[in-house]
Amino acid sequence: MSRGDRVDLAFKRLSDEGRAGLVTFITAGDPDLETSQNLMEGLADSGADIIELGMPFSDPMADGPAIQAANLRALANGASLRRTLDMVARFRRSNDQTPVILMGYFNPIYQYGPTRFVTDAVESGVDGLILVDLPPEEDDELCDPARTAGLHWVRLVTPTSDEKRLKSVLKNASGFVYYVSIAGITGTRSASVSAVGDAVARLRSHTGLPIAVGFGINTPEQVHDTVEVADGAVVGSAIIREIEKNLDETGAARPELLENVSSLVRTLAEGARN
Amino acid sequence: MTPPTASTEPLESYRSGPDERGHFGIFGGRFVAETLMPLILDLERAYDAARQSPDFQRDFDYFATHYTGRPSPLYFASSLTESLGGAKIYFKRDELNHTGSHKINNTLGQILLAKRMGKSRIIAETGAGQHGVATATVCALFDLPCVVYMGATDIERQAPNVFRMKLLGAEVVPVTSGTGTLKDAMNEALRDWVANVEDTFYIIGTVAGPHPYPAMVRDFQSVIGREAKQQIEQAEGRLPDTLVACIGGGSNAMGLFHPFLDDPVGIIGVEAGGLGLQTEQHAASLTGGRPGVLHGNRTYLLQNEDGQIIDAHSISAGLDYPGIGPEHAWLHDHGRVDYVSVTDSEALEAFQLCCRTEGIIPALEPAHALAHVAKIAPEMDKDQIIVMNLCGRGDKDIFTVADVLGVEI
Ligand SMILES: Cc1ncc(COP(=O)(O)O)c(C=O)c1O
Repeated sequence: MSRGDRVDLAFKRLSDEGRAGLVTFITAGDPDLETSQNLMEGLADSGADIIELGMPFSDPMADGPAIQAANLRALANGASLRRTLDMVARFRRSNDQTPVILMGYFNPIYQYGPTRFVTDAVESGVDGLILVDLPPEEDDELCDPARTAGLHWVRLVTPTSDEKRLKSVLKNASGFVYYVSIAGITGTRSASVSAVGDAVARLRSHTGLPIAVGFGINTPEQVHDTVEVADGAVVGSAIIREIEKNLDETGAARPELLENVSSLVRTLAEGARN
Repeated sequence: MTPPTASTEPLESYRSGPDERGHFGIFGGRFVAETLMPLILDLERAYDAARQSPDFQRDFDYFATHYTGRPSPLYFASSLTESLGGAKIYFKRDELNHTGSHKINNTLGQILLAKRMGKSRIIAETGAGQHGVATATVCALFDLPCVVYMGATDIERQAPNVFRMKLLGAEVVPVTSGTGTLKDAMNEALRDWVANVEDTFYIIGTVAGPHPYPAMVRDFQSVIGREAKQQIEQAEGRLPDTLVACIGGGSNAMGLFHPFLDDPVGIIGVEAGGLGLQTEQHAASLTGGRPGVLHGNRTYLLQNEDGQIIDAHSISAGLDYPGIGPEHAWLHDHGRVDYVSVTDSEALEAFQLCCRTEGIIPALEPAHALAHVAKIAPEMDKDQIIVMNLCGRGDKDIFTVADVLGVEI
């Protein structure tokens, strides 16, 4: 089996269990490399079905204040793209099941070299990529090598994606489709349940891929409402804000950070289960 | 005159870009979130239609003439020429435009387009505040609400322009993320745009951002070069030997250069060298950066090994940007335009030189261009001609200058 199949297997397991998945987002290296590594392991243990790991970038232009701050904290504490891959490799020593999708912006990968990057990403145990600033019009230089290397290419569909765009957006999509439920940045507004339902139904007529919905999902109730219609609910800013709440005045992690984040994730996971 | 150093075979034309995907060679493009893609494609279609519409052109020309005060003079700076003792120096006086810089050429074009597209809210980013003022001005004129994103650091050093924007009815939103300068303001404007896709038009202030902005802003600014070409023909009966302009994102430079790109004219773009290229405190993305992707396009950027963007530094807020328009990146790689840099202190000296010899207080941005003119003019023959874009006046900068000179006002 190719490596990318961790994603396919995860969605197969979920469908066997008759439920949808919880997808959790953290930024690699936030608030520091060590804590972030432990957080990543804790996410899986607390019920995250898929992990999205943010590749830190100095200028995250599609992100709201919470994730912006997470990026800056990570970079200030020595995070880099290479270290993000190292984090995944270390995670894989104890977890060979939970899919890891890297999410971020193109420039760090462009500097690393797309070909070298996809090789190293596969070797580290990465399963897929989401690139916020690579629309289909600009993504050949990473999408092609990534798919050849066996990485899933997860495309973002948004409320502004009309029928015509959907075709090109879905063309090279694999693994799952990420529906961005609002026109906006992360950590701000939430979409209405009915709007998400309509959008997902429309998407289903265009793709057989599983559909995860993200942006503005903060509570177990919102997770629950989302998985009524979708195959996965993505929670990012709410987890990042919990991390932020557990930092001391110097920005260092308080001892209870890991446990507090884990317990948040457990309640979110329950939202996905019932 | 030194001929341009060609790194590749000369092209038949340097005025043909971008291609239909918005690329200038490897540069440019549309590196934006999916949410924005439909808007950007829509904007491209609307701009294509507007460009070919006689009505649009007529409106643009009308306001350029009667509101901005175009054409701006091409002025022979005889005292400066004499004091430097070499080539004849002409100033293209875009500092005489309404609002005091070239920025209004572009904001007029874009607001007319926004009106055509039925947009009801305008946003903009600004560094020095000149683009913010020019945007707030046309928003007042056309009665559209205006939100200007401005870095907190810039708000502090460009206080007069902040007040101007407010007088004109704009809301100025301080941006504290990053280092609170132009790049952060642009991030924030993009975030606003993603969240307000239905009604909002984003007026970008320079030849950067996703396609079609670099080409569109260039087209609106090219009035500078078209006029200069006619004016120098009239004054001297020939083309100039050298063009010089300062570069932040590169709009005043591209406006002057573009009509001359296929002519036998030397062209020099002057980046802000800050405290010197050997330090990390500069804004010279072409001479001190590498290709990368930011703000919707691929271009030269100041960045570290990991692709994290490094903050630029310049005494001039308008040049304090870690990137440069993609067409400049392309012209650089083809060797058609020479890009050099000038330090804070050289610019400051040129600023004072201009005040004293010509009675013109220039903005700190074109003072960079002038500092380079002061370097090359004495080496050139007396019958050679330099045209420099004096793209902004310095009223906004007197506090910064006083501060550096240790004067209390
Ligand atoms: C007077 C003036 N010149 C130049 C610039 C730099 O922009 P650009 O390189 O796009 O002309 C600015 C920007 O604020 C400006 O105010």
